[in-house]
Amino acid sequence: MNYYTPVQDIKELEKITFQVRRDIIRMVHGASSGHPGGSLGCTDILVCLYFNLMCHQPKPFSMQGKNEDIFYLSNGHISPVLYSVLARTGYFPLSELATFRKINSRLQGHPATKEGLEGIRVATGSLGQGFSVAIGHALAKKLDKEQNIVYVMLGDGEIQEGQIWEAANFASHHKVDNLIAMIDVNGQQIDGTTQEVMNNRDIKAKFEAFGWQVLQMNGHNIPEILDTIRHAQTLCHKGIPIMILAHTIMGKGVDFMEGTHKWHGVAPNTAQLEQALAQLPETLGDY
Amino acid sequence: MEQKDTRSGFGAALELLGRENPNVVGLCADLTGSLMMTAFKEKYPERFFQAGIAEANMIGVAAGLATQGKIPYAATFANFATGRVFDQIRQSVAYSQKNVKICASHAGLTLGEDGATHQILEDIGLMRMLPNMTVINPADYNQTYLATLAIAEYTGAVYLRFGRPKVPVFTDINTKFEIGKAITFKQGKDVSVFATGHLLYKAILAAEILAKQGIDAEVINIHTIKPLDTEAILDSVSKTRCVVTAEEHQKNGGLGDAIAQLLSEKFPVRMRMVAVNDKFGESGTPDQLLQKYGLTEQNIVNAVLELLK
Repeated sequence: MNYYTPVQDIKELEKITFQVRRDIIRMVHGASSGHPGGSLGCTDILVCLYFNLMCHQPKPFSMQGKNEDIFYLSNGHISPVLYSVLARTGYFPLSELATFRKINSRLQGHPATKEGLEGIRVATGSLGQGFSVAIGHALAKKLDKEQNIVYVMLGDGEIQEGQIWEAANFASHHKVDNLIAMIDVNGQQIDGTTQEVMNNRDIKAKFEAFGWQVLQMNGHNIPEILDTIRHAQTLCHKGIPIMILAHTIMGKGVDFMEGTHKWHGVAPNTAQLEQALAQLPETLGDY
Repeated sequence: MEQKDTRSGFGAALELLGRENPNVVGLCADLTGSLMMTAFKEKYPERFFQAGIAEANMIGVAAGLATQGKIPYAATFANFATGRVFDQIRQSVAYSQKNVKICASHAGLTLGEDGATHQILEDIGLMRMLPNMTVINPADYNQTYLATLAIAEYTGAVYLRFGRPKVPVFTDINTKFEIGKAITFKQGKDVSVFATGHLLYKAILAAEILAKQGIDAEVINIHTIKPLDTEAILDSVSKTRCVVTAEEHQKNGGLGDAIAQLLSEKFPVRMRMVAVNDKFGESGTPDQLLQKYGLTEQNIVNAVLELLK
């Protein structure tokens, strides 16, 4: 196996998050569409996973992912952040980020396998489905007696889908204990706050009632993300699936996008792009 | 003639696959006995996953298992295997190009007494509309057995549809089952009768009745509705120049629809469809229902006579 060499230095990881946020804003601006809010909010977590925590092989990409940790993005609309970390860890050429959402691109609006984009193992976008797929992949790893872990990110709006609770039941019933799921708890969805639209109430208590072990973390504090997920790794293989509630701010890193559902699925205009980029230093070089 | 249910053909073949192919895994949504999966479950418990009454998740889990090279046979009643989980099949299986076998029992009217809630007559249409989806509806126990084995050797999403009641076992277990290859049961020159699933046997009976009236019907089994064996269909139709289709499904979206689409573009001919005509079913015995909804050998005979009038 040709595993990605983890970036250990916290300052380096922080530098990467600035560049990924720049990528997100530039991709969404370039396509005049896409979902910047949730992408910015999950940037710190995905950078920690792909650049440090996951044992994975960008090249050559293996769809099966045997002997690798696997990540699924169940809330597929935040594809820009996934595309950026995939490109920047070497799954596909960085220059392809410029094709996001454009005709003949492999970077579809929502992640897809049809175009053969390395790093994508299932299509997501219609919500609630990637969670089940991740559980299935984790089951396959158990059948194959692998120690690797499957990670999956869900949105806190997404957990309003009934399939999430079917899957939550299944994972604990079948002791899918090589699975670390995370919910991006930003409290926002398209029509407003989650509290207004469809109150999720006590997510921790709900998952505990479904037989999961639930951890919490600040989804923007890199040392805390690393510590929490490393702790979660030690809890794996003990018969219980792990859920991490990642408390985040939608639009994190761009002041005028922070904390509001208004930037869920809206692209910045050119003036807004400049304003956003001014807050995000170019640390690794733009695509 | 021996009578056996098609679902038992599925169960027997799955048990064999369990023994011969370590990648085959089974999933079922609380209908393990009805799907005849008990033998597989008992012999290969580590490769059987009870999904509970939660079909959407079952389809997703199957897609995840397939991603790492497993060959999941995800099974439940046809209604819950298709209509209930259409979007899960569309996104996580068909669009994502996953090697998932969706195995559906109790399809159609012959489910019987449970009534229309469970008698799905739209599943072939739903599944054949999806790109990347293969749709197979075997005719009897033997053909279901062979189809269940054949789809393990094929990489790609499959919808395998079978039924509940005991029906005559009339196909040869030693015939080769090839996905997408029609089988001619009787050669003839006056009319092409294309039949799938339980209606194939009715079509053979109809051809015998027609023969007594001097009408030489060709009976061709289209077990694979997608991809259609266009060559076999066009060959037959170019000879007979008229077509009757027979299936236990709505006219909308079914085998007849698929063949009409082909012929209207390539070789327009006169055609009749023996199928359910835009109605829901109801409770009753399978035979009563086939009678009431017009899916008997006499309905096929009548359709042929009407065409040849």
